[in-house]
Amino acid sequence: MLKAQLFITCLGDQFYTSTLQNMTWLLESLGVDVIFPPEQTCCGQPLFNNGFEEKTRPVARNFLHVFGKSDAPIVAPSGSCVSMVKHHYPSLFKPGTLEHSLAMDISSRIYEFTEYLVNVLHVTDVGAVYPHKVTYHATCHYLREMGLKKESKMLLNEVKGLEFLPLDDEETCCGFGGAFSITFPEVSRSMMENKVNHILASGADTVVMCEPGCLMNIAGGLQKAGSNIRAMHIIDLLASRENVS
Amino acid sequence: MSHDLPTYIGFEEYSEHVPASIPSAVQQATNRFVRGRAARVAELPNWEELRQMGSDLRLHTIENMDVYLTRLEEKVTAAGGHVHWAETAEDANRIVLQIAKEHEVKTVVKSKSMATEEIELNRALEEAGVQAIETDLGEYIIQLAGTGPSHIIVPAVHLKKEEVAALFSEKLDIHAPTDPTELARIAREILREKFLNAEMGISGGNFLIAETGTLVLVTNEGNGRMCATMPDIHVAVVGIDKVIPDWESLTVFLKLLARSATGQKLSTYTQFITGPRREEGEFGPKEFHLVLLDNGRSKVLKDPVGREVFKCIRCGACANVCPVYKNVGGFAYGSFISGPIGAILSPQMLGTQIARELPYASTLCGACAEVCPVKIPIPTILRHLRRRVAEGDEFAESTLSAPLHVTAELTSFALAQNWLYRFGTRLLPTLMSIFQRGRWIPRAPYPINRWTKVRPLPSFTAGFRAWWNKVRSVNRKDSAR
Repeated sequence: MLKAQLFITCLGDQFYTSTLQNMTWLLESLGVDVIFPPEQTCCGQPLFNNGFEEKTRPVARNFLHVFGKSDAPIVAPSGSCVSMVKHHYPSLFKPGTLEHSLAMDISSRIYEFTEYLVNVLHVTDVGAVYPHKVTYHATCHYLREMGLKKESKMLLNEVKGLEFLPLDDEETCCGFGGAFSITFPEVSRSMMENKVNHILASGADTVVMCEPGCLMNIAGGLQKAGSNIRAMHIIDLLASRENVS
Repeated sequence: MSHDLPTYIGFEEYSEHVPASIPSAVQQATNRFVRGRAARVAELPNWEELRQMGSDLRLHTIENMDVYLTRLEEKVTAAGGHVHWAETAEDANRIVLQIAKEHEVKTVVKSKSMATEEIELNRALEEAGVQAIETDLGEYIIQLAGTGPSHIIVPAVHLKKEEVAALFSEKLDIHAPTDPTELARIAREILREKFLNAEMGISGGNFLIAETGTLVLVTNEGNGRMCATMPDIHVAVVGIDKVIPDWESLTVFLKLLARSATGQKLSTYTQFITGPRREEGEFGPKEFHLVLLDNGRSKVLKDPVGREVFKCIRCGACANVCPVYKNVGGFAYGSFISGPIGAILSPQMLGTQIARELPYASTLCGACAEVCPVKIPIPTILRHLRRRVAEGDEFAESTLSAPLHVTAELTSFALAQNWLYRFGTRLLPTLMSIFQRGRWIPRAPYPINRWTKVRPLPSFTAGFRAWWNKVRSVNRKDSAR
């Protein structure tokens, strides 16, 4: 039987309980035996991206230890966190050390959720039904660091009843940027408002993306703008069925 | 000839007070460049190959800069030109002033040059009683306005045509219309007279070809050609990083540059200058001087990660796609060079004390690296410089405040101890619940108030672990959704 370890990410852990439940359920419905290692914490990106490489190492060590216990692939609902582990962990440890080889091993078997579905399970139709007008925001690390340009759209394409509407400047950053959003709140605001204005102009009633951080930013921006447009993680949309509104 | 370095670049401070007119003016212009670039790039099936060649050539040159600079000096000298080495900005200004003094120069016409912006040559000339006139329309506008450039290739990008008209009316004591063509005509008339009377022309340089000692100027308005040919003396002030091996490599860069910059196949004027005129009756100046500017570049070249910034061919494409730049404009970067490239150049040239905020002035979205014609890994260098700020490296000590060090230390500890992390995960929702209103937290205490001042925070649900323990691990096979 196919096995996968869930990496729920710190933002998922704090804010997106139902998305994580849906992720578990979707994977199991596709025949995957889901493992959840409870000793997991955060990938350490908040430290790493702010220049604290030394201080990232203990966090990365915990991750490698926790997920190194099983050789099952690791799946996470975030392109950004996966990119951190996949692309930056190997650079944290000296080549030739045990930690470096473990980082390389983990790097080779960690997947973002849509990537795992489309490129590992080779599934694009998960049986979702979502009769709404939907637009899509391409999140930066998912798109550029992970190079996932088509996976999310292949999945959306198979959703019954879904009408896809394009988003202007789809690939432009929403202004989240992790600590950036609190380091430069006014710049973050301008970028977020640009994004929200494009979403409002799209004609969609739902905007989806593959990143908890950007989702927090965009959902909050829509709420602040007094809009009824739903901002969703793609997992929650893919878990929608006919009997669910 | 004073050259005052900024004492601190307060990006955050500036970003809180961006004039409302700037983002809309900047976005209008940069969006046009982005569309133009995309169209021109799509025409070349081997674009990615060209970028790789450009990147490889620049890296090769950076790694062998001494060889190419030596060859360049030989060739320029052999062609009858004079080569001057300027270790600092002050040295460069002094050299230019000396040449001006020797020839009793009263008026200088300048074509657009980032190197002379870097050393603030205009101010040095003015202080010495030499009138310097910028002849690129954008540079002419910002000279009238008394500011530096806010974009690498479009120095006055932050101004709308109405603002330019108002500026012309005020400074030139005329009634200027808002029609851009008419504004250009007014500037042209004034500048034409200056070209005829100037004793010296000053330019920068886009490339220096070591093979033949040739200065390459890429311009669109024809003013560069006038500056380099009409006056008797031509002085080019060029950073040492502009050297390229040969003409063959130039063909790669010319294909990359205009397409990336303005969305043109080729700029209107591409000028090749090899020394002064050799015979009476020949076209061009009597004297040609090349001032090769170091001004901290040699020091930066020692850092194998950071030095890739010198691959830059100054196209401005990174700024055109940068969502941060597009919302704050160029002045936020506090230096002659702005946008993502400025965010990785200034901290290296000015130091991570003065420019410690700049490496953080990015969401690391990566749009810049995606368009860079010479594949500068901008996000990687931003992280590299953030590390210099946060932890220090072999080039500089950390310049971060003590409270932030403590915060990072505690964060690291909490994230590495899973029991502590899990304890926090249970504690936070309880603590934050007092601020919760429905599904949202509209206002939160410091430091989360810096988030909630912009948009509400979703409520802390943090229920997955409990759900997994109760539902999933007890009876996984039977559990429904």
